[in-house]
Amino acid sequence: MIEITGLRKRFGSVTVLDGVDHAQAAGEVVALIGPSGCGKSTLLRCLNWLETPDAGSLRVGDVRLEAGTPEAADRALRQRLRRRTGMIFQQFHLFPHRTALENVMEAPVHVDRLPRAEAQALAMGLLAKVGMADRAHHRPSQLSGGQQQRVAIARALAMKPEVLLCDEPTSALDPELRGEVLQVLGALAAEGMTLLLVTHELAFARDIAHRVVFLEGGRVVESGPTRTVLDAPRHPRLREFLGKDRTGRAG
Amino acid sequence: MAAASPAPAVADPVVLPEVLRWANDAEGGAPYIFHPADRPDQLVGFEVELAEALCARLGCRSRFVQYNWANLIPGLRQGGNYDLILAALERTPENLAQVAMSRPYFTFGQQLVTRASDTGIHALDDLTGRRVGVLASTLSHRLVTRHAGIEARVYDENVNYFRDLELGRIDAVLTDSPIAAVHLKDRPGLRRAGPPFAPSHYAIAVPLGATGLLARIDEALGQLIADGTLRRIYGRYGLWDETQAGLAAWTPGIDEGRAVSSPTDGNASSPERPKAGFGSAWRYLPILLEAAVTTLWVTLASMALAVAGGLALALARCHGPRLLRLLAVAYIEVFRGTPLLLQLYFIYFGLAQALGWRLSAGVAAVLTLGLNYAANEAENLRAGLEAVPRGQTEAALALGLSPALTLRRVLLPQALRISLPGMTNDLIALFKDSSIVSVIGLVELTKEFLIRSLDAGDYVGLGLLTAAIYLAMGHAASRAARALERRLRA
Repeated sequence: MIEITGLRKRFGSVTVLDGVDHAQAAGEVVALIGPSGCGKSTLLRCLNWLETPDAGSLRVGDVRLEAGTPEAADRALRQRLRRRTGMIFQQFHLFPHRTALENVMEAPVHVDRLPRAEAQALAMGLLAKVGMADRAHHRPSQLSGGQQQRVAIARALAMKPEVLLCDEPTSALDPELRGEVLQVLGALAAEGMTLLLVTHELAFARDIAHRVVFLEGGRVVESGPTRTVLDAPRHPRLREFLGKDRTGRAG
Repeated sequence: MAAASPAPAVADPVVLPEVLRWANDAEGGAPYIFHPADRPDQLVGFEVELAEALCARLGCRSRFVQYNWANLIPGLRQGGNYDLILAALERTPENLAQVAMSRPYFTFGQQLVTRASDTGIHALDDLTGRRVGVLASTLSHRLVTRHAGIEARVYDENVNYFRDLELGRIDAVLTDSPIAAVHLKDRPGLRRAGPPFAPSHYAIAVPLGATGLLARIDEALGQLIADGTLRRIYGRYGLWDETQAGLAAWTPGIDEGRAVSSPTDGNASSPERPKAGFGSAWRYLPILLEAAVTTLWVTLASMALAVAGGLALALARCHGPRLLRLLAVAYIEVFRGTPLLLQLYFIYFGLAQALGWRLSAGVAAVLTLGLNYAANEAENLRAGLEAVPRGQTEAALALGLSPALTLRRVLLPQALRISLPGMTNDLIALFKDSSIVSVIGLVELTKEFLIRSLDAGDYVGLGLLTAAIYLAMGHAASRAARALERRLRA
């Protein structure tokens, strides 16, 4: 489903991705972990071309893009890539001037040109799925952070993505609001959705991820089955990272 | 003589000042007062020479004071600016109610002027349903206004209406015969329509109650007429004719209009001047409201153009290719950095001259204000666009929205809400700025106020009424904007 080869990305003089390879099968749930600034978010954002990689190639489903080629500059191809992927942001980024329902309907109506009635039925179904049907006509400012993130998930699902990219979906939430978002994501994983997840919630990663990838300095330092990576880390940096993380989040 | 005046309000200068300050407007043009094209540093004209001859006869030094013609009478009444007006002021009942006037120094008639090709026009009656240009607050203006069915186009000075007549923007000009005489000489496309009519006189104005000064002026004028000085001056400008010869025989009372102030009843001649206050001002409400309609449509049409243009400029500046970006910046700098008045003259007169685009006054007004305010709205909208968080664009793109859709559905609605208070501000400023279009002959609210307050001699009542109308329009605009803001609120 996902295939990344030799991906590189620099911001000015800082190398953020330094030749990343990654492959992921359909239905597989992968957690990307690593210290701040290790390139996890950038890797995710390259997958839907919100960042343009400097070198390497990537494939999502049947869409293949190679950095630096003329096709990579093609808007239509970029748009096809974005149709294969859905993205959940740390800060939700709901459209503040539209209701929850309108947020979910936006892309089906204006990108897929679905008839309004059909789009509304689809959106209401998805809002019900994330437990937000009773807030369909609220503006984002009238919703809690957890509720906003659940609407954002419904909005991404409305385009029927093959992969859901989640960029620290719970980091901006109070601990008591994280549960409701994690529950929705867990249900999606159980349904067989392909998820690539940047997260600091190791307990959650342990629950739903099939594999864990540890990134540091723009490189994949260690990757493997969830329990192996989390319980028997081999690389000293990963051990250090996990040790810190455990003590830091023990409370 | 002065002792006969009952309690004059102004101290009577029985002893004349060393320097006599006379007011006129150098925009008046030939033959009255003008800078000759070959000697642009000199001021000449029959009124200039008359003023100098008069001061010499009175034993005073002469000093010219430049003043806006339409405001000469209020400037004199206010006091302190100048001692007398010698500036083609007509000896009419309306003027006599506000200032004391001397014996006439010039006789003239009203001359109708049309295009040479318009052979069917001979009198005002032939102009029903058509447009006639006149100078503001003149006898011509009153005559045309009284004529039901003629649309008066009011100008601030008398060169532009001849130009507009040649360009076909108006159908005729009604003006004083000496003005017609001078301007027809170098305008072969125009002709006199019928003989001059409604004879009238120019006279010198002094403040009501300045009876001593007035008596000395009358005396000196009489001498200048009797000894042939006046004839020599007018002869140099080709203005001497039989009617001017009649000036010598003038006595108070044979003048047009009503009984005329003699030197001894100076300040008693203001019985019909309305008092300041709402009592008389209310009468002008329908007229002012009619002018407010012009203000309203000019403002709204200009704002619509400004927002549309501003949007295009803001998009070009924020999202356009490099060349378009530079053009947008250049446009904004040019229109923000040059005076609105200059832009208006350029678009109305300049385009007609250079490219033959004869825009109507209304179109030119809306175009100028719209193009000018587009620069402001572009900056307002740019600030709004830049204030929308980057995440909004990313979320829209990640959903598969094209850049154009992202702009239209996500960025613009949010940017508009951020820009709206600034745009409301501009709309209210535009209500006021729209008064500038009066210089190309559109009578909007401020112009109507100026004209009517001159007629009524009332700045307080009419001023308050006019201000109230502006406030009402501005208030309605901000209410509408707040309602829109609520609809766009997140």
